[in-house]
Amino acid sequence: MHASLTADGGLGLDGVFRRPDSRVALSATPASAQQEADQRRAAWMAAAQAGDRRAYERVLADSLALIRAAARRQGVPIDNVDDVVQETLLTVHRVRHTYDPARSYDAWITAIASRRAIDALRSHGRRDRREVHDEQVLDMQSDHADATLDTEREQEARRLRAAIATLPPGQREAVEQLALRERSLAEAAEHTGRNAGALKVNLHRALKALRNRFHGEP
Amino acid sequence: MSSEPRNHHNLIDALGAELVPVRRLPPPWRRAAGWLLVVAAIAALLFAHYGTGGMLRRWEGTPDLAWAGVGAVLTAISAAWVAFALGVPGRSVRWAWLPLPPALLWIGASGLGCLRDWIAPGTVVAGPHQPIGCLQFIIAFSVPLSALMIWLLRRACPLRPVLTAVLIGLASAAASASLLEICHEFDAAASDLLMHALAVVLVIGANAAMGGRLLQSR
Repeated sequence: MHASLTADGGLGLDGVFRRPDSRVALSATPASAQQEADQRRAAWMAAAQAGDRRAYERVLADSLALIRAAARRQGVPIDNVDDVVQETLLTVHRVRHTYDPARSYDAWITAIASRRAIDALRSHGRRDRREVHDEQVLDMQSDHADATLDTEREQEARRLRAAIATLPPGQREAVEQLALRERSLAEAAEHTGRNAGALKVNLHRALKALRNRFHGEP
Repeated sequence: MSSEPRNHHNLIDALGAELVPVRRLPPPWRRAAGWLLVVAAIAALLFAHYGTGGMLRRWEGTPDLAWAGVGAVLTAISAAWVAFALGVPGRSVRWAWLPLPPALLWIGASGLGCLRDWIAPGTVVAGPHQPIGCLQFIIAFSVPLSALMIWLLRRACPLRPVLTAVLIGLASAAASASLLEICHEFDAAASDLLMHALAVVLVIGANAAMGGRLLQSR
């Protein structure tokens, strides 16, 4: 599964499977310009550590190209680069206190992105192996293909419902409101009394947990 | 920025919405110093109990034992610093080689004890049961020292958890071997050194197996 919000902020489960096209990596820039950009991002991150939301959003937006470049360097296929970007942003949020403003911001985020890229490559490797196996099984049972598919869909739906039921309450609420009932963020916020930001974060965490459960990631 | 997929900006908005100020992680040297302070306090207690006479007498008669002790202390210091440094994304993994020279001094000088045909004055060659005591001593001290270091790394982000855990094991085992030097009553016989080596390997292996998992939460 792939965690993604639609443009209007709402989400359907089909959006979970969408893999947006990847964009180009960092273009070559002179060393001094790169250093300057690194210092600018370092200053933004230092301000973000103190709680400056504007600086935080700026530094994260400014980091997207760096994350993409790191993912591509590790050999992540272009279709999966956006997964690595999302995972890296979530990791950065969890570990932002580990950044030391006296050191390079670019080195810090590149190290995190590279790690998430390796994790993505490993999990996709595992998934591919499983999918090949599934295809072989399907070929062997071609006579019962339709019936099997229906049963599989039912089983998948049951598994999904069971997995959603085991999520923490906040995350379950976000999935139910935004994904299952297809409410907009504003409607869901009004209905639950939570702010839109919290709903979005809960939804991302829920999707990540579900993805881990279904794809067997650690 | 406008060419980036919408879901990245939605996620950045969501993360910005839940931004709170964070307490920065202290630099690796300060956390390493805190851990080494605990080791120094234990050493002070052992010196208070055993005195320095026995250790100095052995070192005078067999300088290679003194060099082994110096090597163990330097290994503990460098491995501790590197373990904390690797908990900060962006630090070069090449730092992991830093404890190698002092570790070679420690192992090499200890190994010389096996080749000597004289015994340090005022000591005896270890009997068959005494090396077991060394094994127990090193493991008994390594367990709490490793646990303390893992606890001190709880807010860090070790991107290579197993390597970090190996360094935690090396630092703890080297610190324990240094502490053992204070109350070691007998000279380095082959069986004794074998037990030391076994203890160090056990501590590092246990850390790699368990510590790696404990550090993998991010």
